[in-house]
Amino acid sequence: MTREDRRPEEREPRDDERGVTRPASDIERAIRENHPALIAYVTAGDPSLEATKEYVEALDRGGADLIELGLPFSEPIAEGPTIQAAINRALEAGTTPAGFFDLVDSLSVEAPLLVMTYYNMILQHGSEPGADVRPFVERAADAGLSGIIVPDLPAEEAEPLRAACDDHGLDLVFIVAPTTAGERLERIMDRASGFAYVQARLGTTGARGDVSRATHDSLARLEAYDDAGVPKAVGFGVSEGDHAAEIVAAGADGVIVGSALVDIIATSETPAADLEAKARELKAGARRGADVPEPEQP
Amino acid sequence: MSKSSFGRYGGQFVPEALMPALEELEDAYERYVLGNEDGFVDEFRERLREFGGRPTPLQRADRLSERYGREVYLKREDLVHGGAHKLNNALGQVLLAKYMGKERIVAETGAGQHGTATAMAAAHLEMPCEIYMGRTDVNRQRPNVYRMRMLGAEVTPVETGRGTLKEAINETMRDWAGSVETTHYVIGSVVGPHPFPEMVREFQSVIGEEAREQVLERAGRLPDSVVACAGGGSNTMGAFHAFVPDSDVGLYAVEAGGSSLEIDAEAGVAPNSATLSTGSDGVLHGAMTKLLQSEDGQIMESHSVSAGLDYAGVGPELSNLVDTGRVTPDSVDDDAALEAFHRLSRLEGIIPALESSHALAYLERAAGTAAERASGDEPRAEAHEELGELVVVNVSGRGDKDLETVLEETEKRDLEAAPDVEVFEQ
Repeated sequence: MTREDRRPEEREPRDDERGVTRPASDIERAIRENHPALIAYVTAGDPSLEATKEYVEALDRGGADLIELGLPFSEPIAEGPTIQAAINRALEAGTTPAGFFDLVDSLSVEAPLLVMTYYNMILQHGSEPGADVRPFVERAADAGLSGIIVPDLPAEEAEPLRAACDDHGLDLVFIVAPTTAGERLERIMDRASGFAYVQARLGTTGARGDVSRATHDSLARLEAYDDAGVPKAVGFGVSEGDHAAEIVAAGADGVIVGSALVDIIATSETPAADLEAKARELKAGARRGADVPEPEQP
Repeated sequence: MSKSSFGRYGGQFVPEALMPALEELEDAYERYVLGNEDGFVDEFRERLREFGGRPTPLQRADRLSERYGREVYLKREDLVHGGAHKLNNALGQVLLAKYMGKERIVAETGAGQHGTATAMAAAHLEMPCEIYMGRTDVNRQRPNVYRMRMLGAEVTPVETGRGTLKEAINETMRDWAGSVETTHYVIGSVVGPHPFPEMVREFQSVIGEEAREQVLERAGRLPDSVVACAGGGSNTMGAFHAFVPDSDVGLYAVEAGGSSLEIDAEAGVAPNSATLSTGSDGVLHGAMTKLLQSEDGQIMESHSVSAGLDYAGVGPELSNLVDTGRVTPDSVDDDAALEAFHRLSRLEGIIPALESSHALAYLERAAGTAAERASGDEPRAEAHEELGELVVVNVSGRGDKDLETVLEETEKRDLEAAPDVEVFEQ
């Protein structure tokens, strides 16, 4: 499948829980069909856009079911040191939104792609900087992206972007934090599309050596939304196959891995091969957690 | 849904993990600060008097009045405990954190004045406190770093970016995102997500309330204009707020023009911090406001000789007051601010903070000296008219913290008002 095949107008419309007709979500389908899913993050332009193309293709081969591409912003307040450094490298390499979208245009991978960026980057796109989110969403849809994640955009501020995403068939993924509960949780789950990004622990992104207790608590709080809601994937701190297994066993539909992959890009001498191997390890771990047997290797 | 309270500016653009804390803070702000629950406001005012040394005087500046041919009054926030207006807000927030049952304080600081004020308030109210400060600012504000350490605060240098206030705010937000259940983030200006801009302005509005009362008492009328420097904008909003309904009082926000108002697009650097004068709308550090940013939306590195003004954003309320025409923004450059620093020291016996020196430099440029006016060589006739006959200038802080910077920067320039400092070096 190529980017072209995923243009929103070619999707089947469906009625969602709110009675709004929206196009079927590539992201939701990718997670449900490949359950338990592996969602991989890399920063676009780290260390160059050409390299990112190679890495995304390697992750796709390694079994990533969704790929999140970071569009670098100079003030990444939700990121820990690893991704912060990757963003700095990408900016120093001259990565711009135009270059980012050219990269997405050029990609031909199985996994649907999402863009992860900060709200100001979305607001400044197009002819009326600071005023309208639509030009960004239009360009994202045009490039064949399937969804958007914005770490500094809580549900309360998200209506303009959500409306634009709905019109263009993109999912707007919301983050559920360990501190999210009660009415807030309900509000977010009501608005979520694609998947719910369950933040495994308080704080910023970054690979950790264990799975936080908060993960289990958050997944338990989300059980109430299992029937009607979107799939749930856990990120923040996931770095090994065993973590993936534990998280999926605790009830997640997928795991999100970022810093561990960015670490490979920053330190490995053969990053593409190592990324592919890491994706295999993580995907195998997720399968173990769900008791799904490994497919036979070709 | 958005809680932007200042026209199109404000809001809560933060990671989801912080949203419940903002809701909790909003609730506490409404109950304690606006509603005086459990006598919060009474205790705050009492502590501002006893510990903070309020009210500060509104002093007639005789030599400046003579020089500019009008009545010039100085609101002496440099006389607040700690040497700057920053204590008004820090004391308010640390006390509020205490009422909320929080166990720890984090804060960021640029010039070190907010960090010092927070460290003082935290020591006074027995709260553990960690202050993030950019590496560049640590190096140029060493006396304040020592002061914070002496007051018992941890000072953590931030190595990313250019190592100024912007980076310190990012790092404090990261800390807070991981410790939000037990920690309160004492934001140092009228910036950040709702309810911070409104709450900080509320704590700082004591400046303008006192000044308004004092000028009425001294001069028997309201001033024609109020002048304050603007970085993030806390002393600005503090000085202006009580005068906003008085539509005949001109409000002038003076920004750091740095070395130039031109942007170095290739390097992504604004050699100034004149956000209100030259910035554009965007989202930074939790709020929609005016920013120094590239066409793509990357935030620029800003510059000012004054660390306290060196910030690429500005308070959302101030952005709105500029858009609606109530506040007039303008800027003066580093040289003019240094001149004004020396001038006030020499003429009035007050060593002002480099931040406040920008407000004083604006007076020089807009009012023009008596000699210039006599020769008809008035630099800005229009501004001269607007400033009027009775001007209040907010001296937001004292300049002791800036001495190293002033010595170093003065040596590089040929400044009219500067003393000969070579004598000290022999």
